[in-house]
Amino acid sequence: MQQSKTQDTLVGLFVAAGIAGLFFLSFQVSNLSSLSQREGYTITARFENSGGLKVRSPVSAAGVKIGQVSHIYFDTKTYQSVVTMRIDSQYNTLPDDTTASIFTAGLLGEQYVNLEPGGSDSFLKDNSKIDITQPAIILEKAIGQFLFKAAEEKSE
Amino acid sequence: MDNNPQPSNSLVSVRNLSFSRGDKKIFDDISLDFERGKITAIMGPSGTGKTTLLRLIGGQLSPDQGSIWVDGQNVHHLRRHELYTLRKRMGMLFQSGALLTDMTVFDNVAFPLREHTHLSESMIRTLVLMKLQAVGLRGARHLMPNELSGGMARRIALARAIALDPMMIMYDEPFTGQDPISMGALAHLIKSLNNTLGLTSIIVSHDVHETSLIADYIYMISESRIVGHGTPEAMRQSNSAWVEQFMTGAADGPVHFHYPAKDYIDDLLSSGKRY
Amino acid sequence: MIQYLQTLGAQTRASFTKLGRATLFLLAVLSGIHSVVPRPKLLLNQLYSVGVLSFLIITISGLFVGMVLGLQGYYTLSDFGAEESLGVMVATSLVRELGPVVSALLFAGRAGSALTAEIGLMKATEQLSGMEMMAIDPLKRIIAPRFLAGLLSLPLLSALFSAVGIIGGELVGSGLLGLDEGAYWSQMQAKLDFQGDIVNGIIKSIAFAFVTTWIALFEGYDAIPTSEGVSRATTRTVVNSAFSILGLDFILTALMFGDH
Repeated sequence: MQQSKTQDTLVGLFVAAGIAGLFFLSFQVSNLSSLSQREGYTITARFENSGGLKVRSPVSAAGVKIGQVSHIYFDTKTYQSVVTMRIDSQYNTLPDDTTASIFTAGLLGEQYVNLEPGGSDSFLKDNSKIDITQPAIILEKAIGQFLFKAAEEKSE
Repeated sequence: MDNNPQPSNSLVSVRNLSFSRGDKKIFDDISLDFERGKITAIMGPSGTGKTTLLRLIGGQLSPDQGSIWVDGQNVHHLRRHELYTLRKRMGMLFQSGALLTDMTVFDNVAFPLREHTHLSESMIRTLVLMKLQAVGLRGARHLMPNELSGGMARRIALARAIALDPMMIMYDEPFTGQDPISMGALAHLIKSLNNTLGLTSIIVSHDVHETSLIADYIYMISESRIVGHGTPEAMRQSNSAWVEQFMTGAADGPVHFHYPAKDYIDDLLSSGKRY
Repeated sequence: MIQYLQTLGAQTRASFTKLGRATLFLLAVLSGIHSVVPRPKLLLNQLYSVGVLSFLIITISGLFVGMVLGLQGYYTLSDFGAEESLGVMVATSLVRELGPVVSALLFAGRAGSALTAEIGLMKATEQLSGMEMMAIDPLKRIIAPRFLAGLLSLPLLSALFSAVGIIGGELVGSGLLGLDEGAYWSQMQAKLDFQGDIVNGIIKSIAFAFVTTWIALFEGYDAIPTSEGVSRATTRTVVNSAFSILGLDFILTALMFGDH
């Protein structure tokens, strides 16, 4: 009987450890915690070109992650990329003249939205739009421009 | 097809049974009757499919032709749950004992009771101790199967087989590999259980001496046919050469000492082949 | 030549016959699985021998696999100046592939072979026949609880494997190589999707559990009841499980992660 009790306990510990492992994967490893736990508000921005930005790309201000991209679509009227971002509710004092730019982390890193706060006294609210945007830098374009400039300087 | 051909005094009847495994014919059109309350033995050399016959009676194998009737039911026409209900009334003692190796002697005997009844644990304990007492091993209830000798394991298996108070027990080679004392003990046990519990017993064996001491009737099987049957007394006086050879254990006779082979001299002189 | 074709034909036919037997066996087991519900003790015993006894080998292997991934990943990523992505790399490989696959392979070796040997020996010692003659269906009493235990254990073991592996990668990355601990976790959390990565990984391990346990139990049940037969069946369990796991993994990966 004693042996069978120890066995029951071990099975219990095993199942508990397994479930703990599942929880660890869900909340510590994946984005489930940031999806469900944190409250947030949504803002949109229109870009000429959103480059390699994807859903779930980070949104940061001054290098700190404050939210993530929740939706991207192509506006067939303005031919712009409309990016919807979800910002954590604790960061609710972003001025409404904030600038949104798409940067790349490192030379080959992933792209993210950087918010540069302006000086206005009123803040961005749920469903606000960011008016001032700067498109993603397309590497091929930048290199092309650089070469073109270099050629121009040489010919002068 | 399903009209019962059984004589009223027989519990198990085998009718025109044929069975083969692969190309090898095990039984060819045999018929046997096992009388209620009696001990009937099926004897024959090893490898004649005696164990197969028990499996056919228990419904674990299906015959190619013919039928087997147990207590008025055609075993191979039963539905699955009907077959299982019938099996609860059949006990079978396997050659190895077939005890479950992961539980004690007590739990082994209690196993069919726990699986098939809703008796309380105290009731089960009483029943198990009674069955163990009947086979003389009440003191061994705490042992594990691997701590038992072969003879003890068979007696425990017997206690388990009678746990549900069956109407019949089939013994598969109960005497094989036993020392004379356990052989005698088992023979005595089979006889006394048969008489006190009113069982019908079927014994498959090639052990002439012990079997003919306790059997009421003997069937002899060889080369997929029945070569003789009768009471042990009649069998001993039989003038059939085959029965005589088997009963006396002569090395050569109708059953040859040599496995069929080509001519000995030719075989020795033919060189170049590995076999 | 004719003879060769004949053998080939016979073998093909034999393997189809076996597949048919295995399928019928599976159906019988599945239809008997409800009989385990009123008897949790049977399941508990099997969870012990299938799950608890595989715990140690799975977690220790997970730790080492994670540590190796951390080390190798760091060296490769640092060439591109992308050490910060170490967490993403370790976690993605573990959660999507290595966790389910390696733990299933270890499970087949540890628990699957033990199941085959156990069932095969029960058959060889006539315990299964004995049960049938006692009017107890071994598929319900013996096979079904083991099947359920395998099905429950492996997903838990895979989750543990991945979790321990990710921690192992972190130990190497931040403990040994001085990577920022915050970057390890935050990049991972940003990149790994609950639905797309974690849930798909769990689905994979459930599929592997199903196949591995099925193969192990069937090979035991179908074994030739001799010592050689059981030993061959045990080998077949490990080999066939490995093939099935890797083949199935390819199909599942193509289905799940194809559009990313």
